[in-house]
Amino acid sequence: MSRFLIRRAGLGLITLWLLSVIVFLGAQVLPGNPARAILGQDAAPASVAQLNSQLGYDRPLLERYFDWLGGVLTGDFGTSYLYQSSAGDLIATALGNSLKLGLVAVVLVVPLSLAGGVFAALHRGRLADKAVTFGGMIVSVLPEFVTGIVLLLALGIWWPVLPISATAPPGAGPLEELRHLILPALALMAGLFGYIARVARAGTIDVLDADSTRTATVKGLRRREVIRRHVLRNALLPSITVTATQIGYMVGGLVVIERLFNYQGLGLLLFNAAQRKDFPLLQGAVLVVGAIYIVMTLLADVLQAVVNPRVRAQVTSR
Amino acid sequence: MTASIAPPAAAVQAEQLDVTYRVRGRDRLVIRGLDLAIAPGESYGLVGESGCGKSTMALALVGALPSNGRVSGGRLEVAGHDLASARGEALRRLRTDVVAMVYQSPGRALNPTMRVGDQIAESFVVKSASWDEGRAQAHEMLRKVKIADPDLVMRRYPHELSGGMQQRVVIAMALAKRPELLILDEPTTGLDATVEAEVLDLIAELRAEMRTSVLFISHNLSVIARMCDRVGVLYAGRLAEEGPVDDVFRRPRHPYTASLVGCIPRAGMSKEDGRLVAIPGALPALGSVERGCVFAARCPAAEERCAAEEPPLTREDDRGFRCHYPERAGALSRPTEAPLAVADPAREAGERPPLLEVERVAKTFGDGARAVRVLQEISFTLAAGETLGIVGESGSGKSTLARVLLGLEAADEGATLRLDGRPLRPGVAARDDEQVRALQIVFQNPDSALNQRHTIRRILRRALRRLSALPPQRREQRIAELAEEVRLPAPQLDARPAGLSGGMKQRVAIARAFAGEPRVVVCDEPTSALDVSVQAAIVNLMVWLQREHGTAFVFISHDLAIVQYIADRIMVMYLGRVMEVGAAADVFSPPHHPYTEALLSAPRDAFAAEARARVRLHGDPPSVADPPSGCVFQTRCPRKVGAICETEAPPCQQLAGGRQIHCHIPAAELERLQREAPVEAPTPDPKET
Repeated sequence: MSRFLIRRAGLGLITLWLLSVIVFLGAQVLPGNPARAILGQDAAPASVAQLNSQLGYDRPLLERYFDWLGGVLTGDFGTSYLYQSSAGDLIATALGNSLKLGLVAVVLVVPLSLAGGVFAALHRGRLADKAVTFGGMIVSVLPEFVTGIVLLLALGIWWPVLPISATAPPGAGPLEELRHLILPALALMAGLFGYIARVARAGTIDVLDADSTRTATVKGLRRREVIRRHVLRNALLPSITVTATQIGYMVGGLVVIERLFNYQGLGLLLFNAAQRKDFPLLQGAVLVVGAIYIVMTLLADVLQAVVNPRVRAQVTSR
Repeated sequence: MTASIAPPAAAVQAEQLDVTYRVRGRDRLVIRGLDLAIAPGESYGLVGESGCGKSTMALALVGALPSNGRVSGGRLEVAGHDLASARGEALRRLRTDVVAMVYQSPGRALNPTMRVGDQIAESFVVKSASWDEGRAQAHEMLRKVKIADPDLVMRRYPHELSGGMQQRVVIAMALAKRPELLILDEPTTGLDATVEAEVLDLIAELRAEMRTSVLFISHNLSVIARMCDRVGVLYAGRLAEEGPVDDVFRRPRHPYTASLVGCIPRAGMSKEDGRLVAIPGALPALGSVERGCVFAARCPAAEERCAAEEPPLTREDDRGFRCHYPERAGALSRPTEAPLAVADPAREAGERPPLLEVERVAKTFGDGARAVRVLQEISFTLAAGETLGIVGESGSGKSTLARVLLGLEAADEGATLRLDGRPLRPGVAARDDEQVRALQIVFQNPDSALNQRHTIRRILRRALRRLSALPPQRREQRIAELAEEVRLPAPQLDARPAGLSGGMKQRVAIARAFAGEPRVVVCDEPTSALDVSVQAAIVNLMVWLQREHGTAFVFISHDLAIVQYIADRIMVMYLGRVMEVGAAADVFSPPHHPYTEALLSAPRDAFAAEARARVRLHGDPPSVADPPSGCVFQTRCPRKVGAICETEAPPCQQLAGGRQIHCHIPAAELERLQREAPVEAPTPDPKET
């Protein structure tokens, strides 16, 4: 098991390194240059050139890359052009905020969508099934800004039960903070609900039709015992991987939702950094997003091994 | 329960039973007007080809029909309890106390994420035991099904057990409830022959001990003959015939029974004795026959009357049959004399140079510490028109050998392959066109061998382009000829594989292999996925093609009866080594290698009148990755002589007729032992207890 973990973590690190190369190169080939972006359209070419040289943009690409990478490895993400402060600190603050929002969304969506999927499977072909499957599909295919705006209008303005701002006023308690996060979290989870529910439904149906479930039924177990002891665990196995990777994917939704609700998280930071060509900030933030994604996938594999003895056997024998 | 107070009710009582499946909005009768009774303590066999309704019957008896299925008419009782109307708690009590089931493919029947011990314990827990008691009793049950180390097995997950062990666990689970009726649905299909024999012994023994009634479902007539008192033959949901097992198989009164019996070569029968009985056509679609006898369309004895008027169930003493002309059935079960006009080239094989020479073929997978040698120094020769049968259980290396011959897998250094005296390169890509054409294969599963998206015509056209030197304008004509040769109806040429039956698909696969006029065709279990009636037709076809073209076959199978029928010589393999080689007729009579002896003890003839001395192997074959020292068979050998078996590889004893036996026991001694006493007291005949 530990060998497996080390191997997977190593692979994760290699992926992360590849990502750092891509991010760095990507930032270099973006049109425009940072000094122009900082100084504005009217700046004199001379001062633009001077600032570029001050920022180090006249140095060779490779040298700049290793310089940056060395900084990242020692925890120094450089200085944000935009905010004129440590990019690392900015990212850390934003990440904290996003994690709060993400956590609320995940805590809401995972049980809800798994339960929805299992419920639909148990009522296969009936109205309840169609409602979950069809409803889930609709909210999944709508882009986040549409669901976000609809939720904002419905629950924030027409029927104002929830605050429309995602950020609680300073000094508010954790409960108040949570209340402010519900609306954006709902918008964020809408995309995931349909997807996870569908996988959970398919997994449950497969297991309901499996021979082992028939064995359990013929053994004389009550239906709820069959489902609890024999169906759920096997049915939710495939959902685990999907859920974990989807949580990584949720970061994409963050950009839209945080902008919509003006929430100071990683998504908004990414958006601003990209728009203003704040390379140190952009590179750092993308790298952090990549790391989250990789950690989630690793977590999915480990979970899979913990709950599925067959996978565990493969893992430990390696 | 009421059953214990009332006079003993029949274990199963079905009267005019109808079972219906709703398919695409239409009701289809899967079982029609079935009358069947199983007495308490009786063992009843149900036979028939796939799709005849056997498994549906089993599921109806445990109230577990699929959601689109229901009992739509008649009565169905298990030990006096009405099943057709049982719902909820009543049905549940029936399942916990009265009826139990053992399934085909035990690997899928067990919950993959629950420990085996808990799964057995659960059967006790549903009968209101605590989990601790349940586990203790599960332990006891595992002992009963002869599992050597119950503590260890209790903690295992199903995938950590072999197929034979898994089936023991399922049996333990079923018997945990001490059921009045035990349903066994193809319980040994898919298990290796020696493991099958052991599981069957176990079932017979436990049945005798527990006095449970049994419904034994199988497509394998020899297994039914060994395990059951009475047998029912199902065809298209109709009971064609029933009666005492021996009587029904020896003197069938229904043409379908007769054909089923004739499909399987009897022990000792070879292709020289005539063709197998094949049933033309295919099972009618569910509920499509509305008038007349359901079998009329395929029946060789049918008259006009049969298509118009359904024969009633006639009872004569303890027999029952549904046929207008029961007296005609007897003649149908005998193999038909085949006028084999073409001389058998294999006979002169000795005088001619061998076609295929295989010397010291070994194959190792992996390297370093993880190297696993799955084939060890295999050598043989094959003459034109000859068939070499290769038998052995899973892990014996049969399929790897096939892949090496075809060049799909390169043999280890030091091996020599020659075709017509010319060396064959190890990889198929390095062989020239002529050599590729000369060596072809027919796989077990035609589905994976044929491109599902192409029509049959396109598949054959492509084979001709790749494998024959025919000019394009001649190809269409050749496709028609190939179809004709394998008896594939011309209209089917434009169908895709999905639209064909299993037998038809295998004919296409054979046509494909013969497209380039091959010298050698390797057949890897070509009939084991097919029903017996279709298997017979395919075997007949292969024998005919061989005689027509003088093709040599390497015929790999786990089915000894088929190999004995088709092969001229037989090679027996175990853990990648040759145990014995010889002419087919010789291999089946003593002296045998002890492993062959064990294989021959498995039931393989529905009429095995002489109770053959049974030799049983215990346990599962060792892993190929870690073969035993000395003779690889020593860990399971019932005739092991002593330390020499553990330390030294056995010598190759050369006998008359090119026969070879790899054993430390001298052949003469083996012969004496095998003609005399069985090594182990044979288990009591299950029918007498």
